[in-house]
Amino acid sequence: MAKRMAIIAAHGSLDAAYPPLILATAAAAMDMEVAIFFTFYGLEIIKKGKADKLQVAPIANPAMPQPIPGISVPNILGVLPGMTAVATSMMNSWMKKANVAKLSELLEMAVESGVRIIACQMSMDVLGIKKEDLIDGVEVAGAAAFIEYAANDAIALTF
Amino acid sequence: MSFNFDQELDCSGLACPMPILKTKKAVDGLRVGQVLKMIATDPGSLPDVQAWTAKTGQELLGHEQDGGKFTFYIKKVK
Repeated sequence: MAKRMAIIAAHGSLDAAYPPLILATAAAAMDMEVAIFFTFYGLEIIKKGKADKLQVAPIANPAMPQPIPGISVPNILGVLPGMTAVATSMMNSWMKKANVAKLSELLEMAVESGVRIIACQMSMDVLGIKKEDLIDGVEVAGAAAFIEYAANDAIALTF
Repeated sequence: MSFNFDQELDCSGLACPMPILKTKKAVDGLRVGQVLKMIATDPGSLPDVQAWTAKTGQELLGHEQDGGKFTFYIKKVK
């Protein structure tokens, strides 16, 4: 049975940040070794103070529930100024209502439970992100380091 | 069904994965042979607790369901 989980988090929107953190913390609680490789926009999740400020865009996201049930809002309205903020506050309120933990809490629990937080060096260079912009405890590494970790019988997941 | 227990953990209202994360922490704090009573209202908690005990090798002594409330008795065996 696999004892290791290797996760790639490549997206930095509110909805995309949940699955890697939920699975990482759950796997750690199940006595698995876990590493998350944060690459490209996924780096947003581990910027200092950023986790709870991630946003979700309604445009080109037809799966997003309608703000008023039964009334269909054309997706194109998502381009209007302020719609991302509206969608984000809607999603945050749904999450709160369902008692889902905040991203900052999940991230904290991940670090606390020994999940390795690996930031992609190349993405940091491309996006102009410095190590001090990221939360404490981050390791900075490249693709080979992640693959070496994953190649050791890990379950590998990409988000 | 009821068991003697050494510690109680109330995860009522918490959504996945918090009940499992808190259960793990609580069981880590027990001595071998001690029992944790855990209460959850997350509808997914039954399969999750079963999976957690199966994977970690701890023992689920039993569970009961009362409406939307689940009560689990978990024994630390290692």
